Formats: sequence, structure tokens, C-alpha cells
Amino acid sequence: MTRRLSLFNITSLVLGFAFLYLPILLLVVYSFNGSRLVTVWGGFSTQWYGALFRNQALMEAAWVTLRIALLSASIATVLGTLAALALTRYGRFTGRTLFTGMVYAPMVMPEVITGLSLLLFFVAIDLDRGFWTITLAHTTLTMCFVTVVVQARLMTFDRSLEEAAMDLGAPPLRTFFSVTLPLIAPSIVAGFLLAFTLSLDDLVIASFNTGPGATTLPIKIYSQVRLGLSPEINAASTILIGLVTAGVISATLLSKRSVLRSRRNAH
Amino acid sequence: MKERSFTKRLTAGLVPAVPYLWLGVFFLVPFLIVLKISLSDPAVAQPPYRPVFEWSDIAGFIGALDVENFELLTQDDLYFRATLSSVRIAGISTLLLLLVGFPIAYGMARAPERHRSLLVALIILPFWTSFLIRIYAWIAILKPEGLLTQALTGLGVISEPIEILNTEWAVYIGIVYAYLPFMVLPLYATLEKMDDTLLEAALDLGSTPWRSFWTITVPLAMPGIIAGSLLCFIPAVGEFVIPDLLGGSETLMIGRQLWSEFFSNRDWPLASAVAILLLIVLVLPIVIYRDVEARRLETRP
Amino acid sequence: MRRTFAPWADPDAKPLIRFENVTKRFGEAVAVDHLTLDVFEGEFFCLLGPSGCGKTTLMRMLAGFEFPTEGVITLAGQSLEGVPPYRRPVNMMFQSYALFPHMSVEKNIAFGLKQDGLPKAEIADRVGEMLRLVQLEKLARRYPSQLSGGQRQRVALARALAKRPKVLLLDEPLGALDKKLREETQFELMDIQHELGMTFVVVTHDQEEAMTMADRIAVMDHGRIVQVATPGEIYEQPKTRFIAEFVGDVNILEGHVQGQENGLWHVKSPSAEAPLTIDDPDEVLHSGQAVAIAVRPEKMVVQREKPGPDALNVLTGEVWDIGYLGDWTVYRIRLATGEILRVSCANVSRFVESPIDWDEQVYVTFAPGAAVILAE
Repeated sequence: MTRRLSLFNITSLVLGFAFLYLPILLLVVYSFNGSRLVTVWGGFSTQWYGALFRNQALMEAAWVTLRIALLSASIATVLGTLAALALTRYGRFTGRTLFTGMVYAPMVMPEVITGLSLLLFFVAIDLDRGFWTITLAHTTLTMCFVTVVVQARLMTFDRSLEEAAMDLGAPPLRTFFSVTLPLIAPSIVAGFLLAFTLSLDDLVIASFNTGPGATTLPIKIYSQVRLGLSPEINAASTILIGLVTAGVISATLLSKRSVLRSRRNAH
Repeated sequence: MKERSFTKRLTAGLVPAVPYLWLGVFFLVPFLIVLKISLSDPAVAQPPYRPVFEWSDIAGFIGALDVENFELLTQDDLYFRATLSSVRIAGISTLLLLLVGFPIAYGMARAPERHRSLLVALIILPFWTSFLIRIYAWIAILKPEGLLTQALTGLGVISEPIEILNTEWAVYIGIVYAYLPFMVLPLYATLEKMDDTLLEAALDLGSTPWRSFWTITVPLAMPGIIAGSLLCFIPAVGEFVIPDLLGGSETLMIGRQLWSEFFSNRDWPLASAVAILLLIVLVLPIVIYRDVEARRLETRP
Repeated sequence: MRRTFAPWADPDAKPLIRFENVTKRFGEAVAVDHLTLDVFEGEFFCLLGPSGCGKTTLMRMLAGFEFPTEGVITLAGQSLEGVPPYRRPVNMMFQSYALFPHMSVEKNIAFGLKQDGLPKAEIADRVGEMLRLVQLEKLARRYPSQLSGGQRQRVALARALAKRPKVLLLDEPLGALDKKLREETQFELMDIQHELGMTFVVVTHDQEEAMTMADRIAVMDHGRIVQVATPGEIYEQPKTRFIAEFVGDVNILEGHVQGQENGLWHVKSPSAEAPLTIDDPDEVLHSGQAVAIAVRPEKMVVQREKPGPDALNVLTGEVWDIGYLGDWTVYRIRLATGEILRVSCANVSRFVESPIDWDEQVYVTFAPGAAVILAE
């Protein structure tokens, strides 16, 4: 059936999306500001981008952040997928209630609590704070998100597909790799990307668990922002926003293209 | 054959065991440690609290624990006010989020089907960009000589700069802005599934559009409303970045208090006690949220 | 021509599949209850029953997805106990078809052959053969999402047949097709089964489907088999009231046995003035026993004229409803007792002078051999 958008619907959509995107747009525009004063327009300039790349500390922080995000998202993806399989395929195993509790709680738990508790844990086991403690902390937080994303897919998974594979002679492990895994792969990739982004983004947990030589980009940005607005931060933000937007758009296009290609091959 | 099935069962058992163990070590144990340290006393040492656990003297260790920190929390009304203010700010923000989010989700759900996935992507997209950056963007807009003042003066609406930054209003704006996707998506998910003919049936039976909205749409959207509200309310109570960057020194929030006890005062036991307090405030909403989420996931066809 | 095929009547024939006293419980619930059943090689065998009767569980035990709580299943004389689904020479066509969405039609069909590690050339040959069999050569490279329901059904069939299993299991094979396609496909399935000489076991809740296709039908209810027989026997000599009512339409008249005379039973029923005379010599009954008399609608005659005094089995009533179906006309006749009889008449002539009309007083009769006595 065809639904008609009322004037009210259109207005709320337009205002809603304006509210979401205007601040980001302004941020991007003012990264090309010639003036050092962020909110006063001083003509078009790309000087802050140059300054950004000459800022050794910022570049280093970006590199640390990227490594932590890649590593923790990879481990979290494996752990989260296993947890999702456990929750959907293992029925009522002992301690299941505690397990679901531990999966859902970190997602809503205020970050200050998670950050503090992990720090105290690392101090208790005498682990030096730095790259690894942040990685472990991020893995713990983000695996829960991966679990939920993959679990949602497994819930709607048609079990008869696996039965069909076994019926046709594939043992359980081969069934998993030739049927289950390819079909849940998109959700695993989505889970990985979510974990990666969350790790890139995290300030609070990283602040608690950081140590010498492990300053992440959010920590760096935060300390600069506390001192006041800086056009360099605008430039860094613009690059990040550009990368994410390009990533999301190309992912969308790629998935569309692969659908089109399989259609075309068919004819 | 027997041998094989044993190793098979062992490998199959690893699937739940590995993530279970991980969460046990990195989530549950740290929690118990927070509880323990909240019962300790601060010390000028490394680590900065006493007693430190030692296997050789468990009795002495337990004897040295006390509830001093919690007594301090009840005596100094700063913590009480911070808790109250956190709950109030989170509550008002959640209401604002519902008011802002519902019309957007409703508009999305009524949009033509071919546009809907684009609209969902547009709601999610800002979420993929850094939270910190999005809050940072608002500083430039809200500050006294900022872009909002410039725009409004340009339009002739105001002549004096408006003071929003470093007030509670800035915190509301920041929370609504940052959490909007978490409110809109669950709402959209329930509204999208809703059968349009239900509203038509209500109108056909003589209900006005306004009354149909309250008697049909809202009750059916309730799961989304509850999920979205909890998803926003819980983290908002413990929010640190938004009040810190937008709220100024006047805005009291418990997450911020924890942060400053830890980083500025280096009082780890007191920070732990504040964490426990925050957790007590949130335990009920978290349990409800967990139940709602688990049920939603597990009863799906 | 296949009517001469009746291994079940031969006491020396060895069954291909044998269920021996099989019980399956899910917790408290009993899905299959002490069931014994033989299926012979080359049979087109139907498991028929309402949903929840245990027929799907029975089939899943044969495929290896469930294991019996008690009892043994043997295939070609070998016990299937502990044999996982991927080691059984049995393949299944799933109700949902369960086509792998990430594989093309040919990859789907080749899947089972690959598991057996057949050489590539042989797999390609066999896939080609299967595609020809189900007439899908042109769609080999398509994906399941690009096929119509009927085409998907054929792919599922080809995939299950590709390994040349000893037994093909079909779970509601036509359930997802529309009526017209369903009828065509029924005959195609029969042709394919005949051509390959394979044993087919079909689960269905649709009695028409079972009647059309099966050599034998097992009617199941509450985890038990109520009757195993050819479609003709099931329809004409149902063992119980449940079968009579489940397979086809039937009128049930209740009554009490009065006695036997010349091999005919006399039954007193409140629905008729005179005792009913029934020719069902196989039943062993005693006087006064409560019985149900089952008469199919097409075996009853409706007429306006009062039958002669020596007419047997006369019921009186008025026309309550008339349904014109083209080939048949169905009358619903209300008896004085309030019971409604369903009588169908073939429309053999295009013109009928003064047809029977609504609210008319009519007489319904049936021959002694038209009815079956079902002990209560």
C-alpha cells in the first residue's frame, strides 16, 4: 500500500536530520577557516591540515589508536561470535543467566564504572598500564556489541539450511564453514566494524587504562579541547568524518554492486 | 568412535567456555575488586589504597576493610546532590529524546519503503563518527560569541549574546544530540512493523486521529519506547564527557564526581565507592533493560 | 500398471525401512508412541495426519535429526542407531526447501556430491543430469532468490536426488505451491519416482495429495499409526471414525446394533425411522453395541419422491443448503434430529427439469454396501 507522508512527518524528518547534520557540517566548514579563532570566519584556507600532519604527537596518537582498534576489534569479533553461538545454539547451559547478564550489562554500564573497574583489576594483577591494558579493556567492552549483532542474525537463521547440509553429507564442522559462516558473515563484518569504531571513539575507558606511551587520539583531542577550541582539531575531525563517510558509502555501494553482479550473471 | 566424540564434545564445549571465561575475568572479577577497594582506605603508596590483598594474611586483610567511604558518601551531601542531579538530568534528557525522537521515527516509518533504508543509514551515520567530535562541534555553536549567537543576531532575533554553554541546557542539548540514534532506532523498529490498517480500522470505528494515536500507536510502540528510554537513560546517568565539556563547573553529575575523585584527588577507594553508588542507582534499570533485550532477541521468530 | 506392485502383501518380502516399536519423547511430550512400520523398496509411501501427529518427527528420525527414545530403526537390514545424518544413505527435501542462498542452482545441486569427494567431471555430469530431470538447465547459474516458488521446489528436489539416495524423504513437498501448480507437480513427482525406481517417503497433511501419489498411506494420530493401507482401502474401508472424517467427507450416523441377518447388519439409529441395513461382513459386533455408520456423500442419493415400502436405508429431511460446484452439486439436508447430511450428486446432464430446491422435503437413501460400520 502507498503511505502518504503528512506535512507533519516531512517537517519532523527535515528538522530532525538538520539537527543531526548541521553541527557536523559547521565543524567541517570551519576546518577550512583561515582564522585561528574557530568561530570567526577568516577566509578559506587549508593551513590547519598542514599543521595537523606536522603535529607529531597527534599523528602518533592516531597510530596507537588505530592499532588498538584493529587488534581489539579482531579479538572481540572472535569472542563475540563464539558468545553469540553459545547463546543461540547451546540451549540452557549452566550459568546461562549470568552469561547473558555479563553480555548485556557492559553495553549500558556507564563507561566510568567499566573503566575504573578494569583499571583496578589491572593494578591488582600488576599489569603495567598502556597499550595492552587499553586493548584488553576495549575487547571486553566491544565483544558484547559483536555478540548482540551476530546473535540477532543467528536468531533469524533458518536451521533447516544446516540440516540440509548435514543431510547431504557434510559433517558438523564442514557444515559450519560452508553454510553457517558464509551466511552470517555480513553480521560478523558489521560486528567488527562496530567494535572498531567503538574502540576508535572511546575516551573514558582509555583514559582510565592508559599509561606512558599509549595516548590515544580521543585522549589527545580531549586534552586539547579542554584548553579551548582549536582549528587543528576541526581539521582532524573533518578527516575522520570524511574517512567514515567514505567507508560507509563504499560499503553500501559494494554490497549493492555484488547483488547486481549476481543478478547479471544469472541472465 | 568413542574417542572422537569425546574430543568433539571438548571442542564444542570451548564455544561457550572461551567468551564466558573472558567476561568472567575482565568483567566480573574487576567488579568484585571495585567492591573490595571501596571498602579500603586511601594511602600515599603504590597502589594508593590499603589494605593490599595478601594470601598470607587473609584475616588481617578482611579486618582492615570498613565502610568508611560509604559513610563519607552519606555525610557529605555533595554526593547525594550529584546523584539526584544526574538522575534528574538523565530523566529530563530522556523525555526530551522521546519528544524529539518519536516524530522522527514516526516519519521514517511512514516514508515510502524504498527510502526507508536510506533514512535508517542517515540516522546511524553520525553514530559512526566520533562521539567526542560531535560534542566538540557544539562548543563552537553554543559558546557566547559562537555560531548560534552570530546566526540569531544576524537574523535580528537577539541583541545580546545568549548564555547556553556551561549551563544545564547545554548538557540537555548534548545528550539529546549524541543519544538520538539510540532513541530513534528502537522506536522506528516497532513503528515500522505496525500495521497501517490498524489505524484505519480505528478511524473507521469513529476514533479521532489524535485519540487513535494515543490508543493504538503509543501502546503498540511501547516496547520501542521502553527499550529506547532505557538505552538512553542508563548511560546518561553516568555520563562524563558531555557535562564536562558542555556543562561548565556548575553542572553536578555523578560520573564527573567519580572522575575527579580518581584523577584529581587520587582517592581510589572513594572513587570505587562512588562507582558502587552509581551502580546501585542503575541496577534496576539495567536489569529491566537486560530482560527486555533478552526477551526481544529470544522471542523473535 | 503399478497396481501389480504390492510387496507389502508378500509375507516373504524384506522391508527397506523398518520402525520397530519406536518411541520419541520430548521431555514430557510423546511425539511418536510405540510405533511399528515397514516400508518396502520402490514404494511411494505417504505419512498422513493432522499437524502435531508425529509424522514430521518420524521423518526426522529417519533422516537422523532426531534419535528414538526407545526402539530401533533399520534401513536395508542395518540399524541406524547412532548414525549421524551425514552418514545416512537418505536424503531429504525440506518443507522450506532450505536452498543455500549463497550458492547458485548448480552449486546447490553439487553440494552433496562434493561431500562425497566425487571427481569434478562426474559431479558436473550428475548435476547436468539432474537439471535435465527437473527441466532447469537454463537456470543453472541463478541464485535461489531469483527463482519462482515452483522452480525452487524443483531445485530442492534435484539436490536431494543428486546423491541417488536409497530413500528420498519429502516434507510437505507441495505445501508452498499454489493449487494448480500443486496438481501438476504431484504427477511429476510420481513420474520421477517411477523413472528412478527410488523409495519415496512423503509427509503431508493434505489427504488429496496423499491419495493421488501414494502406493500406501499411513494415517497417523497422536504419535500412533491408525491405519496403513492403499488409498482405496483407506477411503472405502476406514478403520476408525478419525480416518473416515480425516480422509474425504463423510456422514456419520450413530446407532445400536440390533442383529445380523443374511450377513447384513441391522442398526437402529435415531436418525432413521426403520432400522438401517449395512453390508459390512468383516466387522464382529454384538447386539446392543454402539456403532457409527459412515457413508460418503457421493454414495447417497437424494430424491423428492417417497421411496417404495421395501426400500432400505431411508432418511427424511429438508434441503438446508445447495452448493453448485459445476461438476458436482452438494446438498446439505437437515434431518428431524437436527443432524446435517452432506449429499453430493454428479451433474451428468446439462439440463434438469424442476431441480430440487431449498426448503423442500426430500428423501435420502443409500445402498447397504455404501456404508461402513465403525465400532465406537
